[in-house]
Amino acid sequence: MPLTTDYSNETLSRMVEPARVHRRIYTDPEIFELEMSRIFATAWVYVGHESQIKNPGDYFTARVARKPLVIVRSADGEIRALHNQCAHRGAMVVANDSGCTDEFQCCYHGWTYHLDGKLKAVPLNNGYPDDFDTKNPKTAMVQVPRVKSYRGFIFLSLAAQGQSFDDFIGYMKTSLDDMIDRAPDGEIELAGGVFKHTYNGNWKLYLENLCDAAHPWYTHRSSIAAAQQQKDDAFSDGTGEIAIRQMRQNGAPYSFWENQVGIWTYANGHSYLGDYHDDAKLVAALNDQTFRDYHTAMEAKKGKAETQRIMEVRRWNSNFYPNMSMMSQFQQIRVIHPISVNKTVVHTYCFKLKGAPEQMFRNTVSFANVVNGTGSLVLTDDLEIYNRVTLGLSSDGAEWLEIGRGFKTDEPDPHGGRKGKNSTSEVYIRNMFDAWRGYMLGDAGAAKKQVA
Amino acid sequence: MLNIPTRKPLLPSAAVDLRPYEAFLIYEARLLDEGYFDDWLALFTPDARYWVPSEPNQPDPFETVSLMYDDRRLLETRVRRLSDPRIYSQEPRSRTSRTVVNLSLEPATGGPGVTVRSKFVLVEYRREEQRLFAGSYTHRLIGEGDAMRIAMKKVELVNCDAPLDGLVVPF
Repeated sequence: MPLTTDYSNETLSRMVEPARVHRRIYTDPEIFELEMSRIFATAWVYVGHESQIKNPGDYFTARVARKPLVIVRSADGEIRALHNQCAHRGAMVVANDSGCTDEFQCCYHGWTYHLDGKLKAVPLNNGYPDDFDTKNPKTAMVQVPRVKSYRGFIFLSLAAQGQSFDDFIGYMKTSLDDMIDRAPDGEIELAGGVFKHTYNGNWKLYLENLCDAAHPWYTHRSSIAAAQQQKDDAFSDGTGEIAIRQMRQNGAPYSFWENQVGIWTYANGHSYLGDYHDDAKLVAALNDQTFRDYHTAMEAKKGKAETQRIMEVRRWNSNFYPNMSMMSQFQQIRVIHPISVNKTVVHTYCFKLKGAPEQMFRNTVSFANVVNGTGSLVLTDDLEIYNRVTLGLSSDGAEWLEIGRGFKTDEPDPHGGRKGKNSTSEVYIRNMFDAWRGYMLGDAGAAKKQVA
Repeated sequence: MLNIPTRKPLLPSAAVDLRPYEAFLIYEARLLDEGYFDDWLALFTPDARYWVPSEPNQPDPFETVSLMYDDRRLLETRVRRLSDPRIYSQEPRSRTSRTVVNLSLEPATGGPGVTVRSKFVLVEYRREEQRLFAGSYTHRLIGEGDAMRIAMKKVELVNCDAPLDGLVVPF
């Protein structure tokens, strides 16, 4: 029975205007159901990294469009994604977050599966109808039709047909390249555990905040002030120093946010915010011993010119619509899990740069704690914002949300995208809604087209 | 300093007097519940660490992310922020109630003083929602009486790896 009967394409289309969107896009469970089937179940979404499954039999579980999946390196070395569901009575087969196995076995009646999802054995294999065939490819843990690893970053699409991965990722692949390029040995590895935070709010709010250069000075004022007043002679083992420097950077004046950061957007809803750091410990500056050692390791492996090229790529958050945000300079990826229209869970992971000094990864961990820690002095105020937007949007006093900042002054970008003249332009939100319209109206062409 | 080994519990000696330590932990819990955060901070030594791991049995705070991991400098900043009127995540303020029980004492590892293990239950109420936290405290305490200080406090939540909304008030 369809859950969504009220929204014709015409209605959906009217809910997104060039510079404002209707509040029900964030609050209506029916819209959310449509987003799950039309966006999350068709788009390319990030699910994990190859370093999580180095050897045949290694697997991890994931969730896309609320569906449980298992991502596994099969015996032939191929990466496959399977619906984590038994072909018999539908039970979730794999219960651990990760592991290594030579087969998957359901705990209910013992049906077992090969690592590619094909049925291996059925206990009590008698008494079934004549057409029951354990070799029937449909009697299996069903494979996800499209899986693509881009230099180790695993994306998948639950839809058999649709936009190609290359068209989906476009120029934004350069942000993924930047993360890998920063490893002296040319390889990165997932490490350092995971943060899981949740808020009572819509999934879109998270992506909309990450490239928002206008909010830190206001939302994060308490941590900015506390960090600015902090005496630097108090004991630090390095952790607090990184955290406090980051909080102080958020206190840059509006003129700085406006003019020196930069916001770039590309087709399919992707965008990135330029870097805003001038602190010697938070960027690759050579008056810090760890960075000096890192720089030396980079030059030894990649040469001076290539090292310089890599260090000059200065990006802060890169958003891959609809489910991932990353930051190459501090080796971090966040994966967005929509739970319901006003409940979202975000998982944050760190990466180790192979060949870099050990202290680099410790800095990555310290940085993750302050920026994405559930007990962070910074993130907690962002979570409060998401919760408050949700509370505010429960009122229909104002029907429309403004997304028009920078509307008249955005400019084309040489790589086919569109950038804000000012860094606080909401061009990246408008760009995400262009993609939203494309997916929701079922028009792949519209998803690719940019109207800023 | 942070790596306090977990080993099979031993039957405690009846001769050990836990009362001074219990009084101290109850005092610390009261300071937090009643919002005397500056006084709470004053209980820590100048090189203290305050640590809330993100994983069960997490070996250290350097190679794995933590819900909170503060050296003295960051702990001072954390506490200063709590009294800032623009701390939106505490508008309205949380109200908390901590119960500290099941104390046991052992010689400290990784520094002077004693290691005190205890269990806690923390109820937090804020904006129409009540959250329940439970877990273990490990304190490394030095000095005696009024001069007793916290050199290390580790808070192991039973649900440390659950998806959680923001954690603002220290445990």
